[in-house]
Amino acid sequence: MNLTFSEDELRFRDDVRKVFDEEFPADLREFRDAGVTISRDDQIRYQKWLHERGWFAINWPVEYGGTGWTPVQKYLFMQELARINAPDIVPFGVSMVGPVIYTFGSDEQKERFLPDILASNVWWCQGYSEPGSGSDLASLKTRADLDGDHYVVNGTKTWTTLAQFADWIFCLVRTSSDVARRQEGISFLLIDMQTPGVTVKPIITIEGEHEVNEVHFEDVRVPAANLVGEEGEGWTYGKVLLQHERTNIAAVHYSKFRIDRLRAQAERPVRGAAPLTEDRNFMRKLAAVEVELRALEFTELRTLAAVASGKAPGPESSILKFVGTEIQQAIDELYVEAAGYYALPFVPEQYAPDFAVDERIGEGNETASAPRYFNFRKASIYGGSNEIQKNIVSKHVLGL
Amino acid sequence: MDFTLNDEQSMLDDSVAKFLANDYDFDTRQGYAASTTGFSPEVWRQFAELGWTAVPFSEADGGLGYGPVETMLIMRHFGRGLVVEPYLANVVLAGGALARTGDTEQKSRWLEPLIAGELQTALAHTEPQSRYRLTDVATTATQDGDDAYVLSGSKGVVLNGGNAELLLVSARTSGGQFDDTGVSLFAVPRDADGVTVRRYATVDGHTAAEVGLDAVRVSRDRLLGEPGAAGAALAAVFGDAILAVSAEAVGIMQILTEKTVEYSKSRVQFGVPIGSFQALQHRMVDMLTACEQSYSLLLWATMLAADGGDTDRAVSSIKYQIGTAGKLVGQEAVQLHGGMGVTWELDIAHYFKRLTAIGQLFGNADHHLDRLAV
Ligand SMILES: Cc1cc2nc3c(=O)[nH]c(=O)nc-3n(C[C@H](O)[C@H](O)[C@H](O)COP(=O)(O)OP(=O)(O)OC[C@H]3O[C@@H](n4cnc5c(N)ncnc54)[C@H](O)[C@@H]3O)c2cc1C
Repeated sequence: MNLTFSEDELRFRDDVRKVFDEEFPADLREFRDAGVTISRDDQIRYQKWLHERGWFAINWPVEYGGTGWTPVQKYLFMQELARINAPDIVPFGVSMVGPVIYTFGSDEQKERFLPDILASNVWWCQGYSEPGSGSDLASLKTRADLDGDHYVVNGTKTWTTLAQFADWIFCLVRTSSDVARRQEGISFLLIDMQTPGVTVKPIITIEGEHEVNEVHFEDVRVPAANLVGEEGEGWTYGKVLLQHERTNIAAVHYSKFRIDRLRAQAERPVRGAAPLTEDRNFMRKLAAVEVELRALEFTELRTLAAVASGKAPGPESSILKFVGTEIQQAIDELYVEAAGYYALPFVPEQYAPDFAVDERIGEGNETASAPRYFNFRKASIYGGSNEIQKNIVSKHVLGL
Repeated sequence: MDFTLNDEQSMLDDSVAKFLANDYDFDTRQGYAASTTGFSPEVWRQFAELGWTAVPFSEADGGLGYGPVETMLIMRHFGRGLVVEPYLANVVLAGGALARTGDTEQKSRWLEPLIAGELQTALAHTEPQSRYRLTDVATTATQDGDDAYVLSGSKGVVLNGGNAELLLVSARTSGGQFDDTGVSLFAVPRDADGVTVRRYATVDGHTAAEVGLDAVRVSRDRLLGEPGAAGAALAAVFGDAILAVSAEAVGIMQILTEKTVEYSKSRVQFGVPIGSFQALQHRMVDMLTACEQSYSLLLWATMLAADGGDTDRAVSSIKYQIGTAGKLVGQEAVQLHGGMGVTWELDIAHYFKRLTAIGQLFGNADHHLDRLAV
């Protein structure tokens, strides 16, 4: 039992920190601090910046362009990323479809898709959910019927995050209904968004932004070569991918950053008011979330340690997603509370890049607190809802 | 003890319910919220015609002489209908302040047209720094000769402030920023020199404004009540406002619970309605419990106010209750709707946002629990 990191690990952290402090694009950092929405171009610029340093695909094997870092190094890297409030990495390419392609794809697919994912040349989106198939994903109906050397795809995907930006979509589609278990008829298909018959319709989310979409497929002809792995094995591949999604979703470091920032805000006389540090109720709640988060951090570290020593992660890994999102949401609530009346103004235009921060209503990002709180109710819904996560734990961990 | 409504109350209750059912569906509401005024002046005119803007005011003031119970009936329906017309801001807050502080002439000048639906007003009391402390007033009013005052300061998140032609501004005529006494109330025209109004929408589909007062000169006949004595009236008005938003919140919680239960019966996953999952059933029972407990407390507080009792603790009790119960019901309604719950298109999200806003208004749950825990 030892709490300290090795000297090598600390050196690694310091090196990373130095690069972030000295080289990270200053405008992106300012945007983030000011709560400005990151544009598609800036998101790509940011991911390319990471890629140029070889720091983009941190979970990939070295042979495909990954870092080869130990779990502790990855942990430290993510911590540094959050420390400068860097944008989230859009997960659909690098964290989701990439691993599926290098694990199950053909050599031709690896050559064709992986380099562009690494370099953020191609934006991917995830086409799993359908209007009738959310938690019960295996009931999905979007069909892909083989016609010569093409699949003909018909159906509707929904909640597709940032499909309006995407060049490609990876989909779970039904290639056969003539199977014993409905999971067996599902395949994993890569589709160019430019293909005739693909249309994207915006869905505006609770706080008023365009983040998700409905994607319709009408007689979309997709080369059979875009099928990943075997026909009918898509469910297995998709589950592998969900595993990746579930650990990243805990967002420990980013929650830490947000707590630190909230604490700093609480120490200041915002708008001339008494600092919130004088409000015992508020500070107790903040402290309580910090305790939870510290526990989660060590739950994640236990998981990493198990993986590093070649063991399967224990039951602790299965709670990361729902505890992580509950903590994120608890922090969101505290930001709203801190803003008080200034959680009310709804002025999204003041988060445009050219809007002067000191002209804003509310101090700093106060008026972003409620939209963020509303939007992040999604965190307990997507990626397998927290109820579904708990069902999985009941069944597979507790054996109930 | 009697929980039944009398004939007049039943009629009022029915008429509000009927109006909302016939003329105020969710899409209509969204249209009003997105319009330049942020509400429908036409609907407001109808409110006045139906007598609703006259409800809380005495007959001597030109009102219907009703009280807290009738206001509760209206506000509970307004919660269910997610009404964006500024009843709270214009009638309960500003109208209430005028009724409590104005003299006969001032009332005929401002309260009468307000009741007639012809005047939009706002109570500009809260300041950027004041948070939930009602006595924190940094805005000053200094006497300028015998017949005028000069007002300087800022008012924050003034509900309906962007629509108001008349602002009821609290300002110190004496004492320090945090003193209990020394606050006076002035009726300031929106277009007076030195008044700036920065209007914005709020997250709940309503509107508010930041109000700046830069050496605004008002004549003495715009001082409401005695100089320095507005504190008690303001406290009472905010007490009324808390009862009103609590009724609104209860209406929202009830409809959210109904809609969630209904949705859980129709949404099928894994071949069965999601309402058949016990994990969700208990959660909906908790939502129902939160509604029932909140409604009980609301009735107690409202009936106490109607009896003219001391409502200080009752007001804090109900605001604490709807703060905590409202959060639970709002969050659960969204969660149980899955992705649909976080869409702009569905009313669920907008009910949740209004509950959240109400939670921040006039003191959050902790603030009111603190007031009780003495
Ligand atoms: C902002 C956002 C972004 C998203 N991005 C994407 C994306 O990019 N690509 C993609 O494919 N999908 C995406 N999703 C979809 C997401 O994965 C689904 O919303 C999620 O799986 C839940 O499905 P649903 O919305 O249909 O809810 P439902 O499955 O209808 O669930 C409704 C409620 O019932 C509960 N429930 C369901 N079954 C059970 C059960 N057996 N036991 C107990 N409770 C149960 C749920 O937990 C939930 O509370 C996104 C969703 C959101 C909100």
